[in-house]
Amino acid sequence: MEYKLTFKEYSEALKENRLLGLICRQCGTVTSPPKMVCGNCAGTDMEITELAGEGKIQTFTSNNVAAEGREDEAPYVVLLVELDEGPWVMGNLVGIDPAAVGMELIGQKVSMDGNKVFPGDRYSDGESTRPLFRLQG
Amino acid sequence: MRKVAVVGIGETKFGPAQDKTSVELFAEAAMEAMTGSNLKPKDMQALFLGNVLGDFSEGQGMVQAFAAENIGCYNIPANRYEGACASASMAVRDAFMWIASGFYDVVLAGGVERAATMGTAMATRTFAMFSDSHYEYPAGITFPALFAMLAHLYAAKYGIPLEKLKEQMATVSVQSYRYGMFNPKGHLRKEVDVAAVLNSFMVSTPLQLHDCCPFSDGAAALVLTTEEIARKLTDKPVFITGVGQASSGPLVSQRDYLPRLKAREISAQRAYEMAGLKPEDIDFCELHDCFSIASLIAAEGLGFFDYGTSGEAWMKGEAAIGGKIAINPSGGLKSKGHPIGATGAGQVYEVTKQLRGEVEPERMVEGARIGMTDTLGGDGGTLVNIILQRGW
Repeated sequence: MEYKLTFKEYSEALKENRLLGLICRQCGTVTSPPKMVCGNCAGTDMEITELAGEGKIQTFTSNNVAAEGREDEAPYVVLLVELDEGPWVMGNLVGIDPAAVGMELIGQKVSMDGNKVFPGDRYSDGESTRPLFRLQG
Repeated sequence: MRKVAVVGIGETKFGPAQDKTSVELFAEAAMEAMTGSNLKPKDMQALFLGNVLGDFSEGQGMVQAFAAENIGCYNIPANRYEGACASASMAVRDAFMWIASGFYDVVLAGGVERAATMGTAMATRTFAMFSDSHYEYPAGITFPALFAMLAHLYAAKYGIPLEKLKEQMATVSVQSYRYGMFNPKGHLRKEVDVAAVLNSFMVSTPLQLHDCCPFSDGAAALVLTTEEIARKLTDKPVFITGVGQASSGPLVSQRDYLPRLKAREISAQRAYEMAGLKPEDIDFCELHDCFSIASLIAAEGLGFFDYGTSGEAWMKGEAAIGGKIAINPSGGLKSKGHPIGATGAGQVYEVTKQLRGEVEPERMVEGARIGMTDTLGGDGGTLVNIILQRGW
């Protein structure tokens, strides 16, 4: 069975600021990042859907110690965002001072504001992209 | 199913970068385990070895085959297990199953890692491989960052003010250091108080340096056999009476179940069911405290404390020796250290020593009859639990 939405396709779309997922024709659940089966009912009858990129911060951290090769990025804020369509995605928060964020972030509404490409390193299989989010209002 | 006993245990010191190869480290632990069991290398029918990052730390793949030959276990089947930090526990569980099923009578199981040798930058990079490399690593996730996010989520979900949670987490680390100070195999043997934890370097908010376990080098090994053989070898056999293992997908797939880790709850339940025991029957537990918050999440997932209350339990001494359940009398990953591919075998080593009454008096759980291990790989991707009981 062919993979409906591959990482490469997801990543290429994200580079154009289109956040993609899969909507299940059986139960209506949206799964993103994409998988072979629906994240809710494990069905395979899904079609590609574009997500609005809006959601709520579920949790975060302001990270001061980056991995090898990414030292220049620190400090940065990593988020888990629950999108309005349901899925949780990982991204970064921009437009804030990473040294000044706290628990008040949790529950705040965010919108996707572009993307950033990790060019890859000697351990990875090429570049990959994450969504960037900004606080609403 | 046959009963399975631990009859030999061995462990190197867990510590900073060591001038020994993985094969050498494991060989030392393995010889100690075999000698202690009164068995010989020729008696081992298989080697199950946890090793996660040997390919990166020393350019060595397939280390299990070289290790088997190095210690005189010629030509036996040798399997490597990779389930991130739970690797050695997977190896022990498989050894248990193969002996219980009747296929093998004697298996050498264990693990080895040289995490400290990699240094912080490379270890941080390679440990991040146990998050989703395509959908999560791009955002700069690291292991401290991941557990830091779980800490914030824990505070929000259970309505605990962050300052209070931080004090609870600091208490977890302080307790681990207090016991670990007396563990001769330990990596960080020093006294640390709450103020020192709260003043340490901020790694990934809200986790500070003393909330995090170290990167360690080390190895551990166990000889497992049948009850019949065990009774001939020792008058103190320690039986594995329950095992469980479960998996989960990436963090984002675990979503609103977080900060609870479903794989742990399923794995622990299987172990309890097999042993015919409940959480309140367990005298002590070596659980996966890679970060202070991880201890709180683990103690709740294992059923020792109610959700959202384990920090309070630590503060009241309920997780200390003499409390409701003694957690990590070895010093845990925090103080004893975390050579990831060896950690689970190191936990079984500690539980076995406790049950035999062979640990230092300052960290002895008097009269302990039932101990448990809890080993977590990745962000809940692999969970293994093992229950051990005195056989005399």
